[in-house]
Amino acid sequence: MSVHKASPDLPAPIVNRGLIGWLRENLFSTWYNSIITLGLGYLLLSWLIPLINWAFIDAVFLGAGPESCVANAACWVFIEQRLGFFIYGFYPEAMRWRPNLVFILFALTVIPQFLPTPAKLRKWLALFGISGLPIAAYIFISGGHFGLESVATSKWGGLMLTLILAYVGILAALPIGVALALGRRSDMPIIRGICVIFIEFWRAVPLITILFMASVMLPLFLPDGVTFDKLMRALVGIVFFQSAYMAEVVRGGLQAIPKGQYEAAEALGLGYWRRMRLIILPQALKIVIPGIANTVISLFKDTTLVLIIGLFDILGAVKSTLSDPAWDNVMAEGYLFVAFCFWVFCFGMSRYSHRLEKSLETGHRN
Amino acid sequence: MKKTIVSSVLAAAGLMALGAQAQAATLDDVKSAGELRCGVSNGLPGFSQPDSSGNWTGLDVDTCRAVAAAVLGDSTAVEFIPLTAAERFTALQSGEIDMLSRNTTWTTTRDASLGLNFTGTNYYDGQGFLVKTALGIDSALQLDGAAVCTQAGTTTELNLADYFRANDMSYEAVVFDTSEASAQGFDNNRCDVLTSDTSQLAALRTQLSDPSSAEVLPDIISKEPLGPVVRQGDDEWFNVVKWVLFGQINAEEYGITSSNVDSMLSSDNPSVQRIVGTDGNMGEILGLDDDFMVDVVSQVGNYEEMFERNVGPNTPIGLQRGTNALWTDGGILYAPPFR
Repeated sequence: MSVHKASPDLPAPIVNRGLIGWLRENLFSTWYNSIITLGLGYLLLSWLIPLINWAFIDAVFLGAGPESCVANAACWVFIEQRLGFFIYGFYPEAMRWRPNLVFILFALTVIPQFLPTPAKLRKWLALFGISGLPIAAYIFISGGHFGLESVATSKWGGLMLTLILAYVGILAALPIGVALALGRRSDMPIIRGICVIFIEFWRAVPLITILFMASVMLPLFLPDGVTFDKLMRALVGIVFFQSAYMAEVVRGGLQAIPKGQYEAAEALGLGYWRRMRLIILPQALKIVIPGIANTVISLFKDTTLVLIIGLFDILGAVKSTLSDPAWDNVMAEGYLFVAFCFWVFCFGMSRYSHRLEKSLETGHRN
Repeated sequence: MKKTIVSSVLAAAGLMALGAQAQAATLDDVKSAGELRCGVSNGLPGFSQPDSSGNWTGLDVDTCRAVAAAVLGDSTAVEFIPLTAAERFTALQSGEIDMLSRNTTWTTTRDASLGLNFTGTNYYDGQGFLVKTALGIDSALQLDGAAVCTQAGTTTELNLADYFRANDMSYEAVVFDTSEASAQGFDNNRCDVLTSDTSQLAALRTQLSDPSSAEVLPDIISKEPLGPVVRQGDDEWFNVVKWVLFGQINAEEYGITSSNVDSMLSSDNPSVQRIVGTDGNMGEILGLDDDFMVDVVSQVGNYEEMFERNVGPNTPIGLQRGTNALWTDGGILYAPPFR
């Protein structure tokens, strides 16, 4: 007597699995879905193919000047020829090793944060990033110390200036924001009042107005002959504006901490500062990492507004050269280049904040 | 927090103390600083624009360089400060810059009410029209009912309205944020006509996908004398900036160029001698060296060289001298004599 042996399961019909199955399921499940798929597919391809042709296949990547460009194709030669200006602005060519050195330091500080490096090293590098790096950057880029020739801020520009504005903005806005958030929740009426007024004032004015005031109005109110550095004025404006936003983000985190945590910390007999530093802030800041990342990324993009006060950040630098009559219309190339630079940095910041969230996750969700 | 406030107040006080020594006599300030701070446009082809290595080039830029050559003997001793249209006058009033050379139109209001002085005209501009050749128009008076591309917030917008109203014509304004955007709009047939200063129209025309499809009409509907500006109340500095430009125009008139300026030192012509400083004390009475024009002409050139290098027919902008020719050549460029 033969034992019944079940024959092995047949795989699902070819039309139900793999790519075909997926297509049937998602794109061609009904007749109207099929029509929409075909219609949108046609639109996408008819738009994408010329774009790829323009940006890559027909495009000119290497060349000596405007004459090597061809019609109806991207002319990346323009970016290549102006790259020095887009990165350093008017920074003297002979001294560009100085910002380069800072760029290298910056890369050495930032890149390990994305790699599987030991946590301790990452911590030290992060600490260097908020203390040593800005000092080194100031010494090298500005000059005037240790025998380095001083370079006026009116010569700073391009990507370098964008990064300086964003870095200083972030670095200063975060601690000021935390202080303001704590102040706003303080029991002391004067401190609370000052913080509320500060936050509400700066948050209620558009950044563009602040920059405009700083560059156009402020000099008129100062005594004759007294001038502040324009970059300095813009930076102070950006820092005040962003710290008001940061304060509200941090305050959200402070309010999310259960009252029990505050009381427990008090019960341990800790003073105010230690309570905040050891118990409340670590938890609160962890909760608001997505909010902080959001503010930081928007700050980075907002730096382009310095364009209206005549500072040559990367967008300003690109914009000022677009009208160069020696080149045919290179607007698209220029703006795409700026968009790409911004995307790289903003995407990097977004990934970093995700990573930070994950590594600080303690599973204490209630 | 407390510490931050204290240290920032101290930093601010320090900065103020540093700035306080400015003003007074600009000429002495520039000499002691060893550098001229000159406000320029943040990107206008032919007038002030950074080249590929980040050096400023243009007619307005060369006007600054000429003053630096006259005062400091070195045309490269200039710190260029790019300014937007809105901040240019504040920057000058507050002492952030020593002179402004930023395609600024000389008008009554600006001269009389802003505490500024225009020192002269380094380019006589005027508003014109760029039209599609296909329309077959040869005069601005045929533009009734046209769609006109223009840039927001400029005097061109006002001049346009004045002109069409004065000639009892209607138009539809298509307003753009920047001059490049308006050129792009014109290129994409958003309008029939593009209006701007003629010097800019020439530059914008080169940006069109087919420059030969458009032409500049001969009509000029406004006067736009562009020139350097200084603070009011510092006559010594006013004279220096004024006479450097006059000097360059006079140098062209007497044929003194950067290539022959050395041989001109032994010229017999008394007019030339006074310009190059071998006779008279023109430099001394201005507070400069007597041979200041030699530095200007050898390093920057006379007016013609400055014009040809930046906006002349051999540049992509390709402007003719036209109104900006010397009075002896049918233009209106007329500088008072060195005497």
